[in-house]
Amino acid sequence: MLKKLLVANRGEIAVRVIRAAKDLGIKTVAVHSAADATSLHVLLADEAVNIGPPAAKKSYLNIDAIIEAAKSTGCDSIHPGYGFLAENATFSDAVTAAGLVFVGPSGDAIRLMGDKVSARSAAAAAGVPVVPGSTGRVEGIEAARHILIDTGFPVMIKAAAGGGGRGIRIANNLAEFEQAFPQAEAEALAAFGDGGLYMEKVIGKARHIEVQVLADGKHAIHCYERECSLQRRRQKVWEEAPSRALSEELREELCGSAVALAKAVGYSGAGTVEYLYDDEANRFYFIEMNTRIQVEHPVTEAITGIDLVSEMLRIAGGEPLRIRQKDVSVRGHAIEVRINAEDPSKDFAPFPGTVGDLRLPGGPGVRFDSMLYPGYQVPPFYDSLLAKLIVHGETREAAITRLVRALGELKIDGMKTTKPLFLALAADPSVQAGDVHTRWLEGWLNDNAAKLAD
Amino acid sequence: MAQILSPLPGTFYRSPSPGQPAYKNDGDSVAVGDVIGLIEVMKSFHEVKSEVAGSNIRFSADNEEPVMAGAPLADLD
Repeated sequence: MLKKLLVANRGEIAVRVIRAAKDLGIKTVAVHSAADATSLHVLLADEAVNIGPPAAKKSYLNIDAIIEAAKSTGCDSIHPGYGFLAENATFSDAVTAAGLVFVGPSGDAIRLMGDKVSARSAAAAAGVPVVPGSTGRVEGIEAARHILIDTGFPVMIKAAAGGGGRGIRIANNLAEFEQAFPQAEAEALAAFGDGGLYMEKVIGKARHIEVQVLADGKHAIHCYERECSLQRRRQKVWEEAPSRALSEELREELCGSAVALAKAVGYSGAGTVEYLYDDEANRFYFIEMNTRIQVEHPVTEAITGIDLVSEMLRIAGGEPLRIRQKDVSVRGHAIEVRINAEDPSKDFAPFPGTVGDLRLPGGPGVRFDSMLYPGYQVPPFYDSLLAKLIVHGETREAAITRLVRALGELKIDGMKTTKPLFLALAADPSVQAGDVHTRWLEGWLNDNAAKLAD
Repeated sequence: MAQILSPLPGTFYRSPSPGQPAYKNDGDSVAVGDVIGLIEVMKSFHEVKSEVAGSNIRFSADNEEPVMAGAPLADLD
């Protein structure tokens, strides 16, 4: 078992990891930038180290400073959270080379899954369906034209080194394609230092469904799926589990394919295999694997009763995976919404501010993961996620009713937040029916902006 | 003499992206509405437009400097 853990992150996820570590009797060290000295993760950890100025690249992305902080405080391990260095293979390698345990997969596993082309090849080799497109990097526009025979239009051109929705272009016909391909090549080279591209068929109305896996390098299990189809600018805003769209048979097939991929690559730790699901064709396609804990992991925890962060820490500490597939079952339905410091009535403009009076929701089936406290000054230097509200009910309908109840209890004075968005979504017939796809929310926002004022 | 203040808290940038020339260099003249820099707030970028006209701009905030709302960014004659 690990004895002392450095948490290389900030905000709600740093708080989440510190709590999981303390629950296992592991000592905790927080790191923070100069702008985060009064952040909740700093106040909750057993010790804290200032690792640099506010800019993330001088603090939370500073590998040397983080490893030095771990050594000087006598830590034996580092948890990267999500974002920042969580999927940085160099960081994983550097932690290991320093004689510390990285709570996550090896640098090689991160590299394999971090490159979209090699991830796609690994998935195809493990028998996981992939979206029709190039089998690897596309070498030049001549080869690219041949791939159009499989994909048809519209077709997506993606930077192999891209991510988080960046470096993507869509062409609707041959003329657009001939123009977009060379542009995408130049753009990828400029943005990522790597002009490698690949191509994929665009699935018109798709759901985003992802499978949580846990593995110890030898054994792997899944903890069922999450659906995250409600997205704005390719950022998830509302996530739930299980997905209402899948039949039992398809669910087993989908989750089984994620386990097959995790086993094929000798994966260790918590990971998420992401898919597009085409409702009309009842088919699913691999998109990518995220080699870290995800923002929306609590919905899986709610329906399975498994503490995913705790399991990550146990696996990193050398324990074999202690949960068997037959012991994982689903109870009820859970929904998570992301409470961001953004003003939804002003096109989601960021709203850094100071928290005044704070009233948090509670009671049965309600969990609130956040770094908020009264008087907390939200710094402008990092992302806008303030809190995650997770509700659990016997059915999806009950979970939505509970979500509205809990949002009604939530009051964050002094801040503009995305709370009005979720009240409006919960009242929408399409959301209530679960009749949505990944591009549904942006259309809805165009028509419903007036409902989003406080 | 006039001052240009930061409209938002965040990180101040002198140029549109790394490697590109600065919007304004010390000594330049500024018209109302001219962009003099960017403020990054929670990963989104906002142009800072001057609300005053003047000559001989002198920046008091450095590139990539963290600033509070209302902090002086530059002086003008």
